[in-house]
Formats: sequence, structure tokens, C-alpha cells
Amino acid sequence: MLWRKEGWRLGAAVGRALLPNQGQGWKKTSAALCSVVRGAASYAASYSTSSSSACHETFGLTEMQVEFREVARSFALNELAPHSAKWDETKHFPVDTLKQAAELGFGGIYCQEEYGGTGLGREDAAVIFEALAYGDISFTAYLTIHNMNCFVLDTFGTQQQKEKYLQRMTCMELLSSYCLTEPNSGSDAASLETSAVKQEDGSYVLNGAKAFISGAGTSDVYIVMARTDPGADKAKGITCFVVEKDQEGVSFGKPEKKLGWNSQPTCVVSFDDVVVPAENRVGEEGEGFKIAMMGLDGGRINIATCSVGGAAFALDSAREYTSSRKQFGKPLDKFQNTQFKLADCATSLAASRLMVRRAARALDAKIASATAECAMAKRFATDSCFDIANTCLQLHGGYGYLMDYPAERIVRDLRVHSILEGTNEIMRVIIAREMDRQKV
Amino acid sequence: MRVLVGVKRVIDYAAKIRVKPDGSGVDKANVKMSMNPFCEIAVEEAVSLKEKGLAKEVVAVSMGPQASQDTIRTALAMGADRGIHVVTDKELQPLAVANMFKSLVEKEDPKIVLLGKQAIDDDCNQTGQILAAKLNWSQGTFASSVVVGDDQEKVVVTREVDDGLETVSLKLPAVITTDLRLNEPRYATLPNIMKAKKKKIDKVTPEDLGVDVTPQIEVLHVKEPEARSGGVVVESVDELVDKLKNEAGVL
Repeated sequence: MLWRKEGWRLGAAVGRALLPNQGQGWKKTSAALCSVVRGAASYAASYSTSSSSACHETFGLTEMQVEFREVARSFALNELAPHSAKWDETKHFPVDTLKQAAELGFGGIYCQEEYGGTGLGREDAAVIFEALAYGDISFTAYLTIHNMNCFVLDTFGTQQQKEKYLQRMTCMELLSSYCLTEPNSGSDAASLETSAVKQEDGSYVLNGAKAFISGAGTSDVYIVMARTDPGADKAKGITCFVVEKDQEGVSFGKPEKKLGWNSQPTCVVSFDDVVVPAENRVGEEGEGFKIAMMGLDGGRINIATCSVGGAAFALDSAREYTSSRKQFGKPLDKFQNTQFKLADCATSLAASRLMVRRAARALDAKIASATAECAMAKRFATDSCFDIANTCLQLHGGYGYLMDYPAERIVRDLRVHSILEGTNEIMRVIIAREMDRQKV
Repeated sequence: MRVLVGVKRVIDYAAKIRVKPDGSGVDKANVKMSMNPFCEIAVEEAVSLKEKGLAKEVVAVSMGPQASQDTIRTALAMGADRGIHVVTDKELQPLAVANMFKSLVEKEDPKIVLLGKQAIDDDCNQTGQILAAKLNWSQGTFASSVVVGDDQEKVVVTREVDDGLETVSLKLPAVITTDLRLNEPRYATLPNIMKAKKKKIDKVTPEDLGVDVTPQIEVLHVKEPEARSGGVVVESVDELVDKLKNEAGVL
């Protein structure tokens, strides 16, 4: 559906002037025009149907998943890819485009239909997010975080919370942020210090700060983990709350300057005597850490899928570049070094995709090993895909270092995936712990 | 009012076209196929007629092998109500397609048949015209605007012709073929993709429709366009003019 874009229209208009038997010709003309119009920074036009590896990207998917992927891919190529370089450069948070994505059902993919969700599974979501991330990693990453928040309310929220918040979150009338990490509590998440003190009327008063919050300042709703019982064992004293942006005592730090993920804002969220009514408590007191971790199992797959989509784009860019760039009298992709590098990237990409989809399936099936599988997939795919992007940058030579080509942006955007939703070191902790549980 | 809309499965506009080595056609194996872009515009127009309350039912029709059903599903996900799949593995040319449409029109009794102005694979640009002639209906080809009268007796069609826009008023029933600027097709939403699975697709064969689809045109040879040869840098304006005159023959 790329011909929706102005570039296409322009191309087709030119095509009309050509002889009828040059049908294929005008398609190419328009694709060429697209790239002229959008500049070298946007490659998507020429990649819309190329597959990034020798593997069949839709093999093993259900008919329905293939169709979901098709829509997500069209959306990514038409609405995301042409803008991603600009959004990165200008640090623009494309809220309108997020809302447009929600209209297609991407806002609450694995939430119940009753509250505006799409009612699909994690594997479906993995397929969709991968296709979207091909167009813009940072946009899709925020969308996945929002989906995770919807999941939290869909699974643990009261009917009132679902009506008041979830219903408006799935269509992205309300944007949301996930608040677990604090300035002094990162990998050791259970050591969080934000306090929620219960009042006589049942409400809670929140004090503390949350750091590295994606979407903060723009998001309307914050899913906040806070300590309600300082006496309890670390993880057991934590409770989950819904906090609104405009509540008194909620304030935001300056926007963080980041290596990547620039099309979404990140900053500190502070809570100073914020009164949260009892009905905004999600789940029971002390359930917060469990909720946070359950959200993160899925969040890890989501981030891993964003890595796969981004790496697929990087690989396609590198293939395009190495086939057209000539040195020593021949295109770069005629050198065995290039071919071997591309072959390794394709293999690594295929392996990452397999692990991520399998972990998603494990989560859908709710099997006992799902947590370990999610951690493994996240660790493997985010590291491997970063390496793919970095290799692809190297294949671009000096041009890879320039912002005129997308390679460096993919590297910058993917780098953080080895850090957030639990660092890859924490993933190893989780995997080892799960292995311990099943001692031979 | 019922609207019949044609949806052709073609090689995706962005796919790389490979001509078969023997020159008998293009290679369709392992190539991404999707709905002809002009047919997508036709579906969008039909669905929006329904949304405006002007059409009661939108029926998407595709003709071809089993896989054409995917194309009908896409139309159903965009909002068509049901599908008709004319199943055949034989090569179909515009005359046969128009004959089969005529047979379907007699069964379905639509007031408007919406088709793409041409398909991006064979670029024939014939089916709509042949069909209108066969049915003895009005035709509005290359439509960039379609306005159906409230009384549903007439439709005003703006046509994109070479020297501008031509506006015609047609008596219904009519065949309308869509041009690029008519509308911007919507994305199918995830819930609508799921709902489309439950919509009905009737299967018929050319024989059921009483149409002989034997091709009337023989394709002798298919070849790739000439590869672009490199340019030359001219030294002076005189040399440029000389080349334009004597080599290119354009002056």
C-alpha cells in the first residue's frame, strides 16, 4: 500500500504519461521518486517486500498472523519509516501517529475486547511489533510499553479501573507510562523506595521518584510501583497504583538526553505527597512486585521483537548499500567478506526471531518455563540484533557513521535494548535461577 | 443498492519482477502477491458508499486460483460484506473476465460495478469498458470523484482525461473504473481482519457462469525493459545541441 504516499502519487502521475506496456516501469519510477523525495535517510520504499534473510519471514505463522503482519508492515512503511529519521533528529514524540496505530487495534493487542482491546495473544503481538519496529524502533518500543500497561490493568485492574482507564488507553486517548525503576533502584528493583502510606480514609500518599520513565511528561496515566509495607520482605511490601498526570504533587524532571530512542521522551517522575484514592490501587497490597514482573515477562518479548524488526531493517539497508557501492572495481557484495558478514547477520536474525516467537508462544501457553524463555529470548535477541546493526553500520563504511544513512540510528536505538526491561545481566540471573529450580 | 467490486490478485507493486528465461511470461512463484492498487481504491469507494448509507451491500469478486481468496479476504477486512470467488487456474484475459462479470451481474443485480481502471500486471485497461458494453450500461472510467445522487438514479463521475478533468452524469446502473486520486484506501484494522474470517465467500467456476475463458490473445514474447545505459558528459552547449539533433533526434 505504499502508493498511498505522495511519492507514489507523484510517481503514478508520471506513470500515466508513459506507455501502458511500461507498467512495471512506472512502479520503479515512483519508487525512485520516493527516495528522491524522502532523501537518502529513508530507505523503506525499496525494501517493502524484500526479505532481510534467506529465511521465509512468515513461515510457521497462522493465516491470520500473516494478515496482521501485512497491515503492520504497511503501516510501518507508510506512516513510520518515512518519518523516523526526522523524529529522531527533532526528538519528536508522534502522538498522532500512535493514536492512528491504536485505531487499527495496536493499542491493546492482548487485552480483552470488552474494554477496547484486540483480544490477541503474545505471539500475534510479537509478529505485529516486529513489523512495526522495521519502520521505527523507538516508536514501536513506546507502543509496546503502553501495551504492557494495558495488560496490567486488563489482568489486575478492577472493573472501575478498566472502565475509567483501560477503555481509554486501548484507543490511546490516554497514553501511559510504566514506573518501576528509581534513581537508586535499577537491577535491584525490589529495593525501590517510593513510599505509599495508607491514610485513615483508605487513600494512599505517595512520595518518591521514578527514573528513566518512557513517555513521562506526555503520558496521561502512570502505573506506579510503591512500597506500602516497609516492614515486609523487600518484594512483598510493594503495591501497584494508577496515578494521573495532573494530580497534585506529580512533577517531571528535565527531558533526558539520550543516545537513541529519541522519538519518545524520557524523564524522572516525582511524587510529592500525591494522594492516590483507594480505588486506584491495582491488585492487593503487596502484589505490586508480582504484577511488575508479570508485566515485564511480556515486556521483554516486546523489546526483543523491536530488536528483531530493527535488525531486519539494518540488514536490508546494508544489502542495498553493499549491492550498489563499488570499490576495487566491483560491488561490495561481490566480496566474500561482505557475503560472509551478511550471511552471519541473516542467520543471527533468523535465530533471534525464532527464540522470540517461541518465548511468546510459551507465554501464551502459560507454561512454567515461560519466564526463563522470555529472559533467554530477550538476552539473545537484543544482543544479537545489536551486533547485526553494528555489523551493518560497518558494511556502510564511513557513510554508516553519517546520519544521512539509517544504519547509525538503528545502532543507537537498539543499544538500550540490552539494558532496559531488566539488563541482559539480570536476564542471566533469571535464567540461572530458573535452571536452579529445575536441578537435575 | 448493491455494489459489485472487482479485486484482482497481482504481483505486489514493490516486488522485483523476474521475466522467465524462455520469455513466456513473468515468474510468479515465490513472489509477493497482493491486491491490485486500483482495485483497493475501488473497494475503498464501495465501502465508503456503504458508510454513507448509499449502498446496502458490497460484494467483492475475484477470479483466479485458490490463492485469490486471500485478496477477497483483504477486501472483506476493509469492509466488503461478502465475497465471490470464481475459481480457475486458467489464464484469464479481459474479455473472459468481463463475460464472467456480466454473468455475475445478472445473478447479483448490482446498481454499480466498481473496478480498477487497470491491473498493474497486464495493464490492459479493458475489463470495465468491455463489461459496460456487454451490459449496455453507462460507463465512467478513470474516476477521480464519484457522487451518487440521493435518488440513486444517477451518478456524477469526474474522469481524469489527458487534458484535464471531465465530469459526466451517468444513468444507473453503471460501470465505474477508479483512478489513483479517487481516494486513499484505509488500512484493515486487526478486529476487522478477524471479522473477515467469518464472512462468506461463495465459490463458482467459469463453467457455472457459462463462460468460455479460452484466451483470445496469444502472448508471443515477454522481455525485460532495456537496462539503462550510462550517460556521457558533454563538453559544450554546441556538442549537446548536436547530440540532441543528430543522435537523439529530438530537436
